[in-house]
Amino acid sequence: MFVRPFDSQQKAVPVVIDGETVMAAEGEMLASVLLRTVPFYTRTTPVSESRRAPYCLMGVCFDCLAVVDGVASVQTCLVPVRAGMRVERQHGRREVPL
Amino acid sequence: MSPGPDVIILGAGPAGMAAATRLRDCGVAVTLIDEQPALGGQIWRGIETSHNGPLENALGKDYRAGAGPAAVLRASGAELRLAAQVWQIEEGWRVFVKTGDAVGMVTAPILLLASGAQERPNPFPGWTLPGVVSVGGAQIMLKTSGQVPENPVWVAGSGPLPLLYMTQLLALGGRLAGYLDTAPRENFSKALPHFPAALTGWRDLYKGARWLWQLRRTGIPVISDVAEIEAKGNDRLETIAYRRRGGEWISMPAEVLLAHEGVVPGVHFTLALGCEHDWRDDQLCFAPRLDDWGETSREGLFVAGDGAGIGGAEAARLRGEITAIGIARRLGKSSESEAARLAKSPRRELARALATRPFLDALYRPRPEIFVPAAETVVCRCEEVTAKQILDAARLGGSGPNQVKAFTRAGMGPCQGRQCGYTVSHLLARQQDKSVGDVGFFHIRPPLKPVSLGDLAALHVEESAL
Ligand code: FES
Repeated sequence: MFVRPFDSQQKAVPVVIDGETVMAAEGEMLASVLLRTVPFYTRTTPVSESRRAPYCLMGVCFDCLAVVDGVASVQTCLVPVRAGMRVERQHGRREVPL
Repeated sequence: MSPGPDVIILGAGPAGMAAATRLRDCGVAVTLIDEQPALGGQIWRGIETSHNGPLENALGKDYRAGAGPAAVLRASGAELRLAAQVWQIEEGWRVFVKTGDAVGMVTAPILLLASGAQERPNPFPGWTLPGVVSVGGAQIMLKTSGQVPENPVWVAGSGPLPLLYMTQLLALGGRLAGYLDTAPRENFSKALPHFPAALTGWRDLYKGARWLWQLRRTGIPVISDVAEIEAKGNDRLETIAYRRRGGEWISMPAEVLLAHEGVVPGVHFTLALGCEHDWRDDQLCFAPRLDDWGETSREGLFVAGDGAGIGGAEAARLRGEITAIGIARRLGKSSESEAARLAKSPRRELARALATRPFLDALYRPRPEIFVPAAETVVCRCEEVTAKQILDAARLGGSGPNQVKAFTRAGMGPCQGRQCGYTVSHLLARQQDKSVGDVGFFHIRPPLKPVSLGDLAALHVEESAL
């Protein structure tokens, strides 16, 4: 869906998404990584369980929520990538906070 | 026990950065808070980690101009709290922030909100499908990751941002499938009377004209006067369809659609704090009512930047400067007359920076369809409430936005109406034959960002705050 064609000077680090290791640039937004990783979604909705992916990338829409290092409903567009991060796509109602 | 700052600034974009730097020059203690891990706001996203490569070249001079102010601010002695989410603000002013796992509070007699704008909610059928991304979002990925759509991409929308993004994308070797220009054709004649006044800002007009020219030169399809768009697919975007005003639906395969219908001030903080707001028909948004120094109807609470009304990066910077001068005066750092003298030149520059606005606002005034979307359109992305459900609820006796919210749950999800508030107000206004200003907006209550009960329990009020 999206690609990163440039050789950036950011360090490449591994991130684990639903058990699969992908490479990402240290410090880039986690949501960007999810938009280039098959099957290109971050969560399913509580009501109709339809798939959602990062939409606004600036903290406004909450469609980029995922489970990051065990914490549910994290806005992945606000989280910089760190080596070894573990990410799980988030399904349904369970963890939507307050 | 360290003393708290004199001023808390929320938002490290052009306005917040300019205000912080200026206040530090006057010897004022400043704490600057931003959600992002670095300075720059959305317009200069990633500027502090950018290098001199092809990406920065493609992003252009206006982008690179952010590096200087960021470095100056870093050296200014302002306390920076980055990667920090603000979830509550209380009178006095107490600002509750969450940084990673830590929750805390900062307090100061003056609070300046410089948290900027958000893209205007842009509902159309299928806008929730993976593969539909806002143009602003795509540009943020470009700035922070050098990330582009994998295949030739469709862009749909109106305003300077899509033109700028497409220019940047092309400069980086990205590929466009086409541009669906959604600005109504009739906008042109309505904008024309504002053109002479806009000429003071000829540089900006020239920039926009050059983007358009570069786009046309590539020969990609530019389809004008598009009234409606639709995205379709199972689990992700597969097809888009569009209809020109008075025309037939045409559809084509698409993997990614980037959409945009302008930007609006972020008003959640000022609404939650009970500030007076006005409906701005020229920009189709609510904006906080401010005095000449950017002070809201609540004493000691100021707003600068696009949150005060859309004006662009240069206007935001100048509003930041002017507001900082006003705050320094309030803190007794300068006299009334000295403040007036200091503000003279930034006020003159601000007038120049805003000269093109009436023209641009009229030229890119959004198509009416986004305010009254087709019945099956999901309006509230969080709770998945459609336009029809909202109208039905209103008919059953929910007359205002808050009743509709209670009936349908629209606006109750984690985004707190940031993506549906305007649409709900517009739908009700249309149904009840009222102005949107009279219908108003959802009541906004804290928390302004979702926090867990664990966070609240862990709240450790810093001693400096007492
Ligand atoms: S993508 Fe919209 S909040 Fe993260």
